[in-house]
Amino acid sequence: MEASLRGRAHKYGKNVDTDVIIPGKYCNIVDIAELGKHALEGLDPEYTSRMKPGDIIVADRNFGCGSSREVAPIAIKGSGTSAVIAKSFARIFYRNALNIGLPIFESDEAVDGIESGDEIELEPATGVVRNITKGTQYQAAEFPPFMRSLIDAGGLVPYVERRLAEAAK
Amino acid sequence: MGMTLTEKILARHAGLERVSAGQIINAKVDLVLANELSAAVAIAVMRGIKGADRVFDSKKIALVEDHFVPAKDAQSAKLAKLMKDFAQEQKIEHFFDVGRGGIEHVVLPEEGLVAPGELIVGGDSHTCTYGAFGAFATGMGSTDIAAAFVLGEVWLKIPATIKIVYSGTLGSMVYAKDLMLRTVGELGIDGATYRAIEYHGSTVDNLSITGRITMANMAIEAGAKNGMFHADAKTIAYVKERTDRPFVVERSDDDAEYERVIHINVDSLEPQVACPHTPDNVHPISEIAADDVMVDQVFIGSCTNGYIEDLRIVAKILEGKRVASNLRVIVNPGSQKVWMQAAQEGVLTTLAAAGCAVNTPGCGACFGGHMGTLGDGERAISTTNRNYVGRMGSPKAEVYLASPATCAASALAGKIADPRALELAAV
Ligand code: SF4
Repeated sequence: MEASLRGRAHKYGKNVDTDVIIPGKYCNIVDIAELGKHALEGLDPEYTSRMKPGDIIVADRNFGCGSSREVAPIAIKGSGTSAVIAKSFARIFYRNALNIGLPIFESDEAVDGIESGDEIELEPATGVVRNITKGTQYQAAEFPPFMRSLIDAGGLVPYVERRLAEAAK
Repeated sequence: MGMTLTEKILARHAGLERVSAGQIINAKVDLVLANELSAAVAIAVMRGIKGADRVFDSKKIALVEDHFVPAKDAQSAKLAKLMKDFAQEQKIEHFFDVGRGGIEHVVLPEEGLVAPGELIVGGDSHTCTYGAFGAFATGMGSTDIAAAFVLGEVWLKIPATIKIVYSGTLGSMVYAKDLMLRTVGELGIDGATYRAIEYHGSTVDNLSITGRITMANMAIEAGAKNGMFHADAKTIAYVKERTDRPFVVERSDDDAEYERVIHINVDSLEPQVACPHTPDNVHPISEIAADDVMVDQVFIGSCTNGYIEDLRIVAKILEGKRVASNLRVIVNPGSQKVWMQAAQEGVLTTLAAAGCAVNTPGCGACFGGHMGTLGDGERAISTTNRNYVGRMGSPKAEVYLASPATCAASALAGKIADPRALELAAV
């Protein structure tokens, strides 16, 4: 995992659901870059043309609610977005983001303290969120130890490989 | 301190004496489900896992072609084929192709693949449907599903439980769907995030299996991980008709710990409607019907309300009448079995004679996939479960969610209508 991530904030409201993150009609696409072209299309059709690689999505409560489509975090990652900061995440989106390695940060204060266009620096390992534009710093919620170990292992796939290797012994 | 039903099932599958909310466990699964969309990604992930060439148990995986089938285009055909090839390669016993299945969540209970006390994970958020049978069932993304394909295990955080106790008798033309819309309205779309819901009380004891399915199905609409009913004589009879696999019927202990208890009395509950653009934007029909909300499309179907009981209700209302000229009505029976039963009973003919287009089973318009996608500026009333922006097609379309009866009444009126008014008119 990269030590720090940096980009501009694009701020949205609460309940950003998977139908606007990647509309159903695109769910038969498997190419990550192609999916990325449609990230947030249902909410902000200009997002992918306005954003630059490394930029960060900032949102209120319940980000990623709705369906279990893993293409939702994949599309966000595919667009070049480096992370999502939200007050809270919907359950399945949260798992999916961890599993595919899209960094997520949960913090009420950081969301309230960031405006669209602010330059943000993030440390995935520690959960530190820095608003460079405003000169403020926040601490995102810690992951429970099991999830931390999954993240540190690089996601669910390496974890499964380790389990298989142990079973084969 | 006792345990909830969810805690008991998860403890048993983790080989633990007891568990409590917040704990993370590894649990063995009884069934892993995927559809052609979630399977495509899961299969790709599995191919990338070193040492994983076989699924853990070819009898404990169910693969159902339902979202974009019969294939709407070459890309969808590719995904459908990918899953079919995988099913053959891995000798998956429960593979349901077009013409032999339908919507995954309608098919699995019908085929006896769901029983009380089981642990089921699926690559689809409405996997929580099987809580209707007292199974722990939850939706996950494709990487989790790939891991479950290979290990036959998943990691889970034990959810706290919200207990909802329903009392009173549902009035005429008021159904489980209305009860659940009201519940989602009360909880809010993130009101149960990371939580289990347990449905209790005489009102839900009296519901049919289909009614319970409708309610468990929409637990996710409040953000819940799972939505549980306790198995009773009705459940056991339904399951035993379909499988001879042994299963365990458990109950929450009297002193189980609940995060919250909510009481809902339904005696004066009206039919409910979820207005655009969230499933918790719920209003009683009297408010909405007063506003002359004109409709372009009525959709009857989905894993929420695509069952034979639902189609019968719609047919009864439409029998001998014609749907309003300003709209179209699209019906997707939930499964091949539902379709056949509806055909045998004459339900399909009644619907077609009234001017409905009856599709082949599948998800269809529910998620804006095909066979009834909405265009800019169009408005639908639908028996489905979600109405987010763009859910049924154009982001400039609007979706209202309601019961099959309310949708049928609206189909006749040309605008959102109170099904109870039909009865008054008939007297
Ligand atoms: S019917 Fe709708 S909600 Fe149910 S599985 Fe299909 S797309 Fe999902």
